[in-house]
Amino acid sequence: MTITDRPVDNGVNVAALLGAREALSSAPDAAQFIWRASCTWRNGTHSRSTVAGFAGLGAEQQHRSTYEFDVDHPECFASEDNGATPVEYVLVGLAGCLTAGVAAVAQLRGIQLRSVTATIEGDMNILGILGGDPDVRNGFEAVTVRFAIDADASRDDLQALIAQSQKRSAVFDIVANPTKVLVELA
Amino acid sequence: MQTTAVVVGAGHAGLAMSRRLTERSIDHVVLERGEVANSWRTQRWPSLRLLTPNWQTRLPGHGYAGDDPDGYMPVAEVVATISRYARLIGAPVRTGVTVHAVRTAAQGFQIQAGDDVLYARAVVLATGACSLPAIPGAAGAVPRSITAVTPLTYRDPGQLPDGGVLVIGASATGVQLAAEIHRSGRPVTLAAGEHVRLPRSYRGRDIFWWLEATGLLAERYDQIDDLVRARHLPSPQLTGAPGATFSDLNTLAARGVRIVGRLGRITGGVAQFSGALANTCALADLKMNRFLNRADQWATARGLDDELPLPHRFAATRVDPRTPLELDLNSGEIAAVLWATGFRPDLSWLDIPVCDRVGRIRHDGGVVTGAPGLYVLGMPVLRTRASTYIHGAYEDSEALAGHLHSFLSRRCQR
Repeated sequence: MTITDRPVDNGVNVAALLGAREALSSAPDAAQFIWRASCTWRNGTHSRSTVAGFAGLGAEQQHRSTYEFDVDHPECFASEDNGATPVEYVLVGLAGCLTAGVAAVAQLRGIQLRSVTATIEGDMNILGILGGDPDVRNGFEAVTVRFAIDADASRDDLQALIAQSQKRSAVFDIVANPTKVLVELA
Repeated sequence: MQTTAVVVGAGHAGLAMSRRLTERSIDHVVLERGEVANSWRTQRWPSLRLLTPNWQTRLPGHGYAGDDPDGYMPVAEVVATISRYARLIGAPVRTGVTVHAVRTAAQGFQIQAGDDVLYARAVVLATGACSLPAIPGAAGAVPRSITAVTPLTYRDPGQLPDGGVLVIGASATGVQLAAEIHRSGRPVTLAAGEHVRLPRSYRGRDIFWWLEATGLLAERYDQIDDLVRARHLPSPQLTGAPGATFSDLNTLAARGVRIVGRLGRITGGVAQFSGALANTCALADLKMNRFLNRADQWATARGLDDELPLPHRFAATRVDPRTPLELDLNSGEIAAVLWATGFRPDLSWLDIPVCDRVGRIRHDGGVVTGAPGLYVLGMPVLRTRASTYIHGAYEDSEALAGHLHSFLSRRCQR
């Protein structure tokens, strides 16, 4: 780590994050969040998902605007490719979560970031989803994330940075660990 | 019966407190449900040894005087040492007295002990941090055909059925028992969540020498950034058995123990393990190396580099890319599960609302919050990181006896 006169600024409000941990530890109900998305079928494998509101801090909350995501499959799946595949959205979620974590942990540890790029790959044998081989699972066989980070820090510090980012990542936990999932008819 | 102070529990912590109270001429009695050092007698497996070297086993008015200061005490010797200590200090212990309830009373506390009712102005809870096994909810989904064991009831591999054993947890307990059970010929799978990896010795000195010398063990509870985390850190992967440098996952894997990730859940009899094992191991390696860096810097600053062997680093923890994520508990491969997932205190008899929403007693360095005159001793990182170990009671008992003494003086003046 290089010590300079210029304060480290990765654009992360660490004081607010630490304050939130302090405040929410004594008000556990406010820490209970519900994240939401809704998805409407368009045609074929094409659907559009919308994210607008969520619940947390003891109240209903709204994003600054409504976000929309087209979901489809590529032409080699005989689809129209109107958007990224669902599995790619999972990769997007994981990369976004880990990258946010890298920025926050770097800020906390006084590491100035100049650039951070994550490339992420998920290996999948699609015989699983096609039902072609009962021994092949539907999901990823493995996920690999590779971070290229330009920062005022040693390689050891950067290793520690990405390790801590994984440790505090919601999506990393969601992908790496089992989750109870309930799908029912409205 | 009326007394000034009641200490509940005649283990090393309760006895250290008794000694401190005696030094201050504070009238007291130590209540013990069984015999002195009861947990060590009845709830520890016979092959267990202390993680700390003998020279570190210091209690008020007592230092290790045996002929093996660098050895690690077997549990039978711990029992003998604590029993000898109780006699040495003339502790007013009443054995075979179970405390059923402690309540607040007009002049302090009412203690229901055996068939008696005692009144005291101060109470010290010294029943220990390891009275009950902490077992995750997933335990309820283990198939009934599988034998479930906790470290409190485990004695030796002979009590387990033949067949594979799934050990959950990679603390000192988990790695020690995984090794012992594996040696008995039973194939062992070890599910490893967050763990603390340390070498038994470094640059020719025991790791506890380094932990003490560098000041790490002396770090105070009110100076630790994340105290909740520090208090819940798993015990380091060490063993008091002589020989090996490491008792870590690499050592176990080399002997043939199968290492898998943290147990997530058991569904339909299938145990699912975390895919985060590589990062869990990376975090443990980074943490170990941070401490070794601190040790090296300390040695250099003290001018010790000439007399100590050269600094070096250990190989990283190897994670098999083919590590399974699932294990079918109904396949017949696994005959027993051992829950080495930690311990928790049993304060169910404490009839005073001093616990938080998850049942942890709220205290400020052992001074229980919201109940003046109530103290707790012998908990992990109670006042310093040393509090987790036997010798932590040396200073903790001094600080808390001092607090108790001034509490009593203030009450007298009113």
